Amino acid sequence: MSARNKELVNLCFAALVASAAFASVSIVTTGVVSTHWLGYAGVVFGLYITAHLVARSTVPYADPTLLPIAGLLTAVGLTVIYRLGPEDARRQAVWIGLGIAVFAATLFWLRWDYRVLERYKYLFGVSAVVLLLLPSVPGLGYRVNGVKLWVKVGGLQFQPGELAKIFLIVFLAGYLRDKREALARGRLKDLGPLLAIWGAAMLVLVQTSDLGSALLNFGIFIAMVYAATGRFLYVGVGLTLFMAGSAALYNTLGRVEQRVTVWLHPWTDERVYCAINGKLEYRQNCDSYQLVKSLYSIANGGYGGTGLGKGTFETVDGTPLIPYLNTDFVYSAIAQELGLVGAAALLLLFMVFVARGFRISLIAQDGFSKLLASGLAFGFALQTFIIVGGVLRVVPLTGITLPFVSYGGSSILSNFVMLALLLLVSNRAVATANRS
Amino acid sequence: MNGQIKRVATVAMALLVVLIVATTYWQTWARPALAERQDNEIQRVAQFEVRRGVILTPSRVVARNRPRVVRGKTLYFRRYPQGKLAAHVVGYSTVARSRTGLERSLNDYLTGSVRSLSSLVDQSLDKLNGKPIVGDAVRTTLDLNGQRTALEALGDNCGAVVALDPRTGRLRAMASSPSYDPNDVERAFGKIEKIRANCTPASPLLNRASQGLYPPGSTFKVVTASAALESGKVEPGSTFTDPGYCTVYGKRVNNFDTSRPFGTVSLATALQFSVNSVFCNIGLQLGAKRILQQAKKFGFYDRPPLETPESERRPSGLYKIEDRGLHLYEPKRNRDVDAGRMAFGQERLLVTPLQMAMVAGAIGNGGILMKPYVVDRIVAPNSRTRMRTKPQKIRRAVSPATARDVGDMMVRAVQAGTGTAAQLPGLRIGGKTGTAETGVGGSNVTWFIAFAGPEGKKPTLAIAVVLQNQSLTGGATAAPIARQVMQALLLPTANP
Repeated sequence: MSARNKELVNLCFAALVASAAFASVSIVTTGVVSTHWLGYAGVVFGLYITAHLVARSTVPYADPTLLPIAGLLTAVGLTVIYRLGPEDARRQAVWIGLGIAVFAATLFWLRWDYRVLERYKYLFGVSAVVLLLLPSVPGLGYRVNGVKLWVKVGGLQFQPGELAKIFLIVFLAGYLRDKREALARGRLKDLGPLLAIWGAAMLVLVQTSDLGSALLNFGIFIAMVYAATGRFLYVGVGLTLFMAGSAALYNTLGRVEQRVTVWLHPWTDERVYCAINGKLEYRQNCDSYQLVKSLYSIANGGYGGTGLGKGTFETVDGTPLIPYLNTDFVYSAIAQELGLVGAAALLLLFMVFVARGFRISLIAQDGFSKLLASGLAFGFALQTFIIVGGVLRVVPLTGITLPFVSYGGSSILSNFVMLALLLLVSNRAVATANRS
Repeated sequence: MNGQIKRVATVAMALLVVLIVATTYWQTWARPALAERQDNEIQRVAQFEVRRGVILTPSRVVARNRPRVVRGKTLYFRRYPQGKLAAHVVGYSTVARSRTGLERSLNDYLTGSVRSLSSLVDQSLDKLNGKPIVGDAVRTTLDLNGQRTALEALGDNCGAVVALDPRTGRLRAMASSPSYDPNDVERAFGKIEKIRANCTPASPLLNRASQGLYPPGSTFKVVTASAALESGKVEPGSTFTDPGYCTVYGKRVNNFDTSRPFGTVSLATALQFSVNSVFCNIGLQLGAKRILQQAKKFGFYDRPPLETPESERRPSGLYKIEDRGLHLYEPKRNRDVDAGRMAFGQERLLVTPLQMAMVAGAIGNGGILMKPYVVDRIVAPNSRTRMRTKPQKIRRAVSPATARDVGDMMVRAVQAGTGTAAQLPGLRIGGKTGTAETGVGGSNVTWFIAFAGPEGKKPTLAIAVVLQNQSLTGGATAAPIARQVMQALLLPTANP
């Protein structure tokens, strides 16, 4: 069977699972068996069939699992978002449509040779930094939760950091392909760019006080430098510098300090000062409120979960128990309703996606393609780790999105660009291998 | 480059594996501890989706469910049709104030989370069918008629009544006054806060029967008499000279009524008329440790066993005030304690009515202390009995001879002594009164403990009554209440 036919079969399977999930939520929330949910499932499936057809004409040899996994993840995300608030689900569905349009556009634009991107690597590098700093521009950026991540132009708001991540990966793939021999020799002067990027990461951290994005971008950078040079020294130096920088900022940025304290000691037995209302409170009722409630939500799922649509997210009189449930904390909603079985299955989907990404990187022929694919795959894994790990109290909690699942336009769009790039690399690698 | 990429890939996969491990940790290993936390609202709200098991007495339902549809979800709220009659034992289950009583301690059964394989299968099928989880029903041993009589007899007084079957430990009545209506806890807590009674604070939520600590007064003489007889140094007929007082550490301890010294009396007469000086001297002779040893055999220094939450039961014994709180205190040496005063129930002794009912019960039951229980059985939704309580012996508290002798002395106290107000025709009743002065006039703690049964048969009931802030003696205040409750429980036809 050709790669695209496999993809179609996989997509149908994903559609089956997604429809079952959607039907279940619909039945639970409305109390009647109706065909109303078919509309949603049909629209999403239709969008993915469109994406499949585009892939058929532009990247015929590309990996057949990535698109169906992305489809299943967006469907699960949409199901949970619908379950938490049908209004958001409608907007999310529109974003998925736009995402698939961007996906198709990317595929059409780069269908001959995506390696033209390498030529503009410095443009991408500069754009990445500009995008990252955009929220700090007065009048343009604004804060949500004390973190400057958003840009507002007119009525439109977006998170430029999501796109900056991909630009950074493209830049690094191009730059490191050029400089990797020089870097591998390990001359002291070649540490220059490394220090420059480290400085940029710290600058972004200071400017936006967003530990999550800084950690994500810097982690991708370290991984790609290692993949390009094979020298552990860079990893060691890079991590040490990042730790040192964060430690230095720990005391100056109250926000970072607060996040770390919450992570280490979410529960207190005595009342401590609460900056939110200026009173003495238990920490679980103040700074670590979100984290603690989300842990309760996850724990409530147990092995089998409460069942889709039957989780508890609000009090008896309808007050929400967990803030930011459909963005930062979407995983705790999924873990409660689907239980360990469902949450582990979701994480396995992420693992398959990451594994396929690295496989593409391994079979790609040229350095740029290899670095691009491994950068995208590692970024995907690390982003998942930072947000889910934060929700699970493995690392300090920072607000970034869960790829393909969380509610949010910028995140969906950039994930589809990433998906398109991976498919392009995969298509070329397989096509070349077939020819030779 | 592929070698490096493989290593980066391994790191990426390892990160995701860590997430699976962490999820497993929170959803399995850490789950019970998180579910227990008081600020876990999810757990509290989620449990309202369970059709909680009902709580019954042999005759009535005392806790049932009232379903209400909120936002497309059916939630089951609790109703207590008997109101304040069984409030303290049954407790309440609410969103606002969590749970108390059996509603708290048996929560796992009531919400169907105690799982056997068959119930797990049933529950999974129900879940797939979209049916609510149904909890197990709890059948208690409480006699509502006895509860009602006890609460009515207690009236405006602050106090408690505990009645149990000494042969099995089956709890027949446990009433605490003032009581409250558990239906008010969720939405009208102000009503409960406004409850007033003959003491401040009135603390209606406190289960005085097992949480309240009171000086035992002369009821403790039953323990001292048991210790004396068990020691072999004293017999029921042994005589003592009563000068009307006893000298402890050079200080005189007076009898309740110093105007008429009894002269030469036997131990039996001393118990019958509650002569302090005799018990004071016996106490000095025996020493504190031997008396406490006997008290422990009756269950002192242990939390009395019962199915209610541990925090709602307190052990009896010597207490001392430390760090602004009461702490159970066990003396290492005899001279740490004033044995003379302790022998007739003073010193720093504090006891619960449940403990004193156990003392009276052990004497009535030939010296054998039975484990009190209030849950008769737990029944699964498929009507299968999941658990049935079998009567259990705690230990032998005194020898059969001592039980018989002390029992006879208590019978004499009711026939022609301090406890005549508890007499009931056709029943053999042995009792002991108690009046503990708190130093403030008109604020005595008064007691009556007794065992009772048909003439010529083993006693079938043991009872303890305590009242706060009384101006009269235990014989005048507590004994009549005990009499009414005994009548309701043993001669129900005479009191329709």
